[in-house]
Amino acid sequence: MRTLSKRNRLLLSAVGLFVFFGAWEASVRTGFLPSGMVPAPSSLWQAWLDEVHGGFWQQAIVDSLSHYSLGLLVGSIFGALLGLLCGMVAVVDGLLEGIVRLLRPVPGLAWVPFAILWFGLNTAGATFVIAISVFWINFYAAYAAVRSVDPEFYELAAAFGHGSFWGRLFKVVLPASAPGLMAGLRTGLGQGWMSVVAAELFGVPGIGARMMQASSLLATDVVVVYMLTMALLYALTDFLFGFVSSYILRWQP
Amino acid sequence: MNGSGSVACLEDVGLSHDGGQNFILRHVSLSLQQGEFVALLGPSGVGKSTLLRVFMGLSKPTEGRVTGANQSVAGVAAGLREAGKRRAQALVFQDARLMPWRSVLRNVMFGLEGLALTREEKLARALAALRLVGLEGEGGRWPRRLSGGQRQRVGVARALTVDPDLLLMDEPFGALDPITRGALQDELLKIWQQTHKTVLFVTHDIEEALKLATRIVVLSGAPAGITGELRVEDSQKDPNSSAFKVYTARLRAMIAGEPDPGGAPYWHSAEI
Repeated sequence: MRTLSKRNRLLLSAVGLFVFFGAWEASVRTGFLPSGMVPAPSSLWQAWLDEVHGGFWQQAIVDSLSHYSLGLLVGSIFGALLGLLCGMVAVVDGLLEGIVRLLRPVPGLAWVPFAILWFGLNTAGATFVIAISVFWINFYAAYAAVRSVDPEFYELAAAFGHGSFWGRLFKVVLPASAPGLMAGLRTGLGQGWMSVVAAELFGVPGIGARMMQASSLLATDVVVVYMLTMALLYALTDFLFGFVSSYILRWQP
Repeated sequence: MNGSGSVACLEDVGLSHDGGQNFILRHVSLSLQQGEFVALLGPSGVGKSTLLRVFMGLSKPTEGRVTGANQSVAGVAAGLREAGKRRAQALVFQDARLMPWRSVLRNVMFGLEGLALTREEKLARALAALRLVGLEGEGGRWPRRLSGGQRQRVGVARALTVDPDLLLMDEPFGALDPITRGALQDELLKIWQQTHKTVLFVTHDIEEALKLATRIVVLSGAPAGITGELRVEDSQKDPNSSAFKVYTARLRAMIAGEPDPGGAPYWHSAEI
């Protein structure tokens, strides 16, 4: 495949978006797509303004962001820590292997009944569902990252007085597996937004809940407004994380 | 055997990874005297690096004893934590083994972390070591930007900062091109003359051993043992001298396990 310059790629993606929305608008206006099923892009602006004037939009973002950031934080920290531990300590790895195989295939959504039961229809419940889906991504990313650390670095650490568990952890494992850990965090960042909808489906206020309300009223334009909102929030968090990541991994080519 | 000038000493060391079924090293006795430059010469894969790691405390011998200067190096920590401001030994790896996530300066400071030194002392030592290996002002670079020769210089600087009694070098110039290798050999000799470090230098290159060392110990056989030993005087270091050619022939014979063709004083390991 031919590689394009960064400027040309941006330009092309803008053209692609323009064509996409243009074709969408045209198909609704010509009646090719029934307007009751698909909102016209031109109607989205008004729908968004209404949501903003009512204060729903801002409130939904604040609510979802709090679930998102809390779930992301908890899931990432616990996932990465357990992954590191399993990767470093064979006994822990062996002990948890069966449990991991048992729990891994259970999707975040399947935990919703327990989230309601244990935490109720509140922030904690939504956070729990998001945290679980983020947990596994970080667990496996950290585990794989630790496993791929060149064992020669352990010998180096031992030769220069850092052969203890903590010496290996801080002088070798954490920095050497940083690229894998950061990749896991970044994937989790996206997965987290996907889980926000699932976590709020059962009634915890936020973007997901607002989407459910709108769809039950067949207000498809409002649904699309929140879909785009979520895409925007994801793009923003991913963009910001990119800065942090490239600073931490500035030693990489 | 462990005289007052001995820095480290192996006594009848044997090493086996399967609990004594097969030995990699057997009956190895070697004493390193303060300030000498010993080349450990032998064919590839014979166990030279393993012997180095026994000195380093990274491998525990199955038989025999390892002693440092007036202290036991039974555990790695015991040997490494000496005095708190230095380490007993330092190792230079064949592949330089720099940490790509650390700058050159932070790589050099790696061995200093955990020593009882202030930040300023550590920095001063690291900068001095970089100066010694000719990398003054290069501390801020990333390892991936360095050439093979420069990487190995950093590896040498990292070992020198900890001010070790014994500098162990595992074929440090083996992977370099001949021009860079020659330059680094010359610089190593200069550093050795300046710092008076005791050096144990592993190599499979007879000419390199003759050029650098004051004493050459030949490791050969399976399980590997010391099959011969030569002292090298300055007059024998000239590659064009007849002594150099005689020594080369004798070292070849020792490596191959053939009888010594003779021609100059010769000590067998059993006689010292």
